[in-house]
Amino acid sequence: MKSIGALRVIPCLDVNGGRVVKGVKFVDLRDAGDPVELSQRYEAEGADEIAFLDISATIEGRKTALESIRRVREAIGIPLLVGGGVRRPEDAARLLEAGADRVAVNSAAAREPRLIDELASSFGVQCVVLAIDARRIASPGLDEGPAWEVVIDAGRLGAGLDAVQWAREGARRGAGEILLTSMDRDGTGTGYDLKLLRAVAAAAGVPVVASGGASLPGHFVDGARAGARALLAAGVFHRGELSIRSVKESLAKAGLEVRT
Amino acid sequence: MAETSALRVAFAATGVANLASIMAAFRRAGAEPFLAADPEELATAAYAVLPGVGSFGSAMSALAASGMDEALRDRATRGVPTMGVCAGMQLFFEASEESPGAEGMGILPGTFRRFSSGLPVPQLGWNIVKPAMSQGLSRANAFVREGWAYFANSYRLSEAPKGLRPSWAVYGEDFVAALERPGADGALAGLLLCQFHPELSGAWGLELIRAWLGPVDAREGGSS
Repeated sequence: MKSIGALRVIPCLDVNGGRVVKGVKFVDLRDAGDPVELSQRYEAEGADEIAFLDISATIEGRKTALESIRRVREAIGIPLLVGGGVRRPEDAARLLEAGADRVAVNSAAAREPRLIDELASSFGVQCVVLAIDARRIASPGLDEGPAWEVVIDAGRLGAGLDAVQWAREGARRGAGEILLTSMDRDGTGTGYDLKLLRAVAAAAGVPVVASGGASLPGHFVDGARAGARALLAAGVFHRGELSIRSVKESLAKAGLEVRT
Repeated sequence: MAETSALRVAFAATGVANLASIMAAFRRAGAEPFLAADPEELATAAYAVLPGVGSFGSAMSALAASGMDEALRDRATRGVPTMGVCAGMQLFFEASEESPGAEGMGILPGTFRRFSSGLPVPQLGWNIVKPAMSQGLSRANAFVREGWAYFANSYRLSEAPKGLRPSWAVYGEDFVAALERPGADGALAGLLLCQFHPELSGAWGLELIRAWLGPVDAREGGSS
């Protein structure tokens, strides 16, 4: 079989006020450490990329986040994906200038999809990640499979979009990757929502990052087999319950290609 | 204050630039990266880098508008250390399907085409880079060693131009991961073109940057 490159394991830093925090189902945030120290530790453990999500909601918080991004950028030699608060191309430009390699958009793109086209034409598709937070809803019809709605504003609001269709549209508009978070699974440790993952991976045509719910090595293997090209987790890494290395060893043992 | 070695590396900006990552990597490698203010600065620097940003057409327009393309052609002809990264590699060639009708610098023959094996495009992530076994060039002084590199590309070169040592990678199909001509003499000497991002390729990428900058005691202004 021809190589298709390695699966990526991505620790995610949810950063507020210059500190990494982690919650359950997007609430109940607790301190989990310094972004620079954690990034360096994860790179040394074999992380393939660092995700940095700025979850601060104030102007002051955004400035602090930019400073954190600069410090992380100087400290690590692997890709840095940054999201949070990107509403217009200028916001993305600021993050790139500070040291992001790729920029994720979420709520603002769901409100104004043209933002994806603008980002792609300004920075290239490989630079644009569409973050989708999805929540399972009752199936619209008896014969139909499960369905998921897109939620925005950190899970507070339904966007009135079907997650699978939105992923397809986002990729068509120029998102080079989909960062797919199951809000139902986030912080629960019950594994990725594999049905959601399969549906989005089949629809998108671009790589999909699985996020939300992984707490055991087997969850990462399941996510890869469901079609994810990258596997993201936060709390289990921050709390030391799993190491990046052990996750990659499990993937390799399952016959999946990882960077060694 | 200790004397610092003047390992200055000029960067060519091509409009919308994400230079932070690559400049940080060069600092970690012990160099002093700076943005070339004009073609003269780019042409005369000991080392020069064309980073990978923007689309083929827009980056080429920006290069041509600033005259930086002539500085890079001049460097290639003289054979002084010059690096192109990702889209910056592609601009050394004739064309890319990404921007039909746009002409690259044409220093090397070839056209970049979109990956066509049915895998997700862009290729995003880590892949193994393998130097070609023999191209009549000594392996001892090669820049690229086998290892894992980080790629973010939709377009690729499938044939290596003659006279340069290729390294290959596989993403559903074989493609050119890097081209180089180590050595100090002749046209294209010191040229290193990377489809991947050495600045994002961890310790292996840092080693590559250091190898391209040369042994410490051979560097201009360096102390042994």
